[in-house]
Amino acid sequence: MSKIEIKNVYKIFGEHPSKVLPMVQEGATKEEILEKTGHTVGLDNVSLNIEEGETFVCMGLSGSGKSTLIRHINRLIDPTSGDILVEGTNVMDLDKKNLIEFRRHKMSMVFQRFGLFPHKTVIENVGYGLEVQGKKLEEKNKIAMEKIEAVGLNGFEHQYPNQLSGGMQQRVGLARALATNTDIMLMDEAFSALDPLIRSDMQKQLINLQTELKKTIVFITHDLDESLRLGDHIGILNHGKLVQVGTPIDIIMKPADDYVAAFVKDVNRAKVIKAKIIMLTPEDFKKNGEKQSNIIKVNENDFLDEFLPQVCLTPATVEVVDNDGNIKGYITEKVLSKALTKTNTNGAYKP
Amino acid sequence: MKKYKTYLKYFIYFVISVSVIIISYRSAKPRYKPEHYTDIFKDFSWLNDWPKWLDFPLMQPLNSGFDWLIVNYGMFFEGINNFLLGLYTSMRNSIVDLPWPLVIAIVITITYFASGRKTQTTVLVAFCTFFLGFLSPRYWDKCIMTTCIVVIGMLLCIVIGIPVGIAMARNKKVRNALLPILDLMQTIPSFCYLIPGILLFGLGAVPAIIAIFVYAVPPLIRLTDLGIRLVDKEVIEASEAFGASKKQTLWGVQIPLALPNIMQGINQCTMMSLAMVVIASMIGTRGIGDEVLLGLQQLNVGMATEAGIAIVLLAIIFDRITQSYGEKMQERTQPKKKINF
Repeated sequence: MSKIEIKNVYKIFGEHPSKVLPMVQEGATKEEILEKTGHTVGLDNVSLNIEEGETFVCMGLSGSGKSTLIRHINRLIDPTSGDILVEGTNVMDLDKKNLIEFRRHKMSMVFQRFGLFPHKTVIENVGYGLEVQGKKLEEKNKIAMEKIEAVGLNGFEHQYPNQLSGGMQQRVGLARALATNTDIMLMDEAFSALDPLIRSDMQKQLINLQTELKKTIVFITHDLDESLRLGDHIGILNHGKLVQVGTPIDIIMKPADDYVAAFVKDVNRAKVIKAKIIMLTPEDFKKNGEKQSNIIKVNENDFLDEFLPQVCLTPATVEVVDNDGNIKGYITEKVLSKALTKTNTNGAYKP
Repeated sequence: MKKYKTYLKYFIYFVISVSVIIISYRSAKPRYKPEHYTDIFKDFSWLNDWPKWLDFPLMQPLNSGFDWLIVNYGMFFEGINNFLLGLYTSMRNSIVDLPWPLVIAIVITITYFASGRKTQTTVLVAFCTFFLGFLSPRYWDKCIMTTCIVVIGMLLCIVIGIPVGIAMARNKKVRNALLPILDLMQTIPSFCYLIPGILLFGLGAVPAIIAIFVYAVPPLIRLTDLGIRLVDKEVIEASEAFGASKKQTLWGVQIPLALPNIMQGINQCTMMSLAMVVIASMIGTRGIGDEVLLGLQQLNVGMATEAGIAIVLLAIIFDRITQSYGEKMQERTQPKKKINF
């Protein structure tokens, strides 16, 4: 069973969404609906499975419905039709009281513009989730302090949010989300408002935290590099439709349509493709009978750009090994050049 | 479907207006009407001047309704009257009995702590307070009376206005229902409710307090409503996402963040109360306002101006205290950016 299942979710904004729903289900486009009825289609038949412990990145340009989608998971927005299952419970069936309990204990959220409470100090902000749960002050502050330390903000706990820089504020937001110790974290363009250096810092911090905590993270972004860096799986939304779901490599190597292809066009492939993705198995390598000249040993988890300069310098065959030094496969120059060539939609990469 | 509904609505409006015209025609005095109603469609001379039979009969039912109110619910209004009057007299008497330097000292203390220990504001307020009596010894007790009326009127506004404002911000239907009433309260001339006030509560302080309430509560309600609706949507979403109930969001997030606006509303409320209390002197409310009235009646420009200055000083005192308290509040909820590394 998946941690989060989203089944055929439609969301239409406007006065009479349920009247417009059949039109959308029959396949009318977003523009047609807007012109005929004045309603906006937010999500159009989105179905997703998110597994436990993975980071699922949902990507799309602004207006593609990604922020709408994430708000469906904790029901800040109600869908027009469709079901959302979290750990097997249908979120749509929860009454008011249960919904509040569900939000308190199952998931936490990080916001694009931080969503911090300006009238509360950092420690009060971080402890807010515990406060609404009704935890005692002492316990609340103890946990809050732990999380403040975890994100590296010691010494700032009695400051107010607007006395901090943007990056620090988002760390407060992250600490606040961690404090309730929920399995699921929703991150709505969490790093988009930060400048590039701080952003990559925060990404690193999130990756480190994630290796420790193994939470299920749903991450929204419009930045492809970010999604490739963080995501175990990536879903791409366009005009409220889910265009493609797959691993980062799937997205780059086999873009489902022109929209995705345009998205991934300018990606630096060498930076996102790992050696093990493109290597030939030893059997294949022998069958093709290509000659082993110089040999360079690389780890299977290395990105191409880590050994690319070496290959260019001395024509060589790359031997891919795992952490224990066992040979897993080979990469020839031909394979390497193929992997790095920009492909169009139709000429997708074939190993 | 939608068009059908609109037409139905127009049809209902049409029926209502026609029936109102028929009612007004029937209730008009016979000597104003033509002999038979069919004459209207034969002789069109009534199109020149407004015909006397085309007169909506509102005055009569209002009068009888008002009489009925006094006869049947007189006890209710008397209860309100006794309560407010008791509050007013006990407050007035206790302050009037105090020696005047003590009153000034109390005002200074209140200002000092309300403004967050700002010396400048305190000195200004102390100076203004002293000047009230200094202008004319007669003014001192009258200013106390005026202050008591304003304070009680304000308390009434706050107790009723802020909850109503919150209800308005949270419910669109309540807002739609209340907005026209607020417009009415603000635009209707004050004498229109001062006179019924006299009939219901008698002469004196109580109709003035009621008039203050009618006149000064709309801005407080509006600013409370606005303040709560202006709270950043993402902050409220954050609160909800962590499982805060509506009550927790309201008290923990919305009200604290709306406080600067609410304080502004209270400030506006005070200023308008003070304006009203002067008008109320015309229905026999005692206070500094009757000095202005007296000066006008005697064509004594100096006297009216002197009393006018006293009112301005009183306004400054009220304004400074509420304003600086609001500023202090704002500083606490949204401190200015300080960099201390």
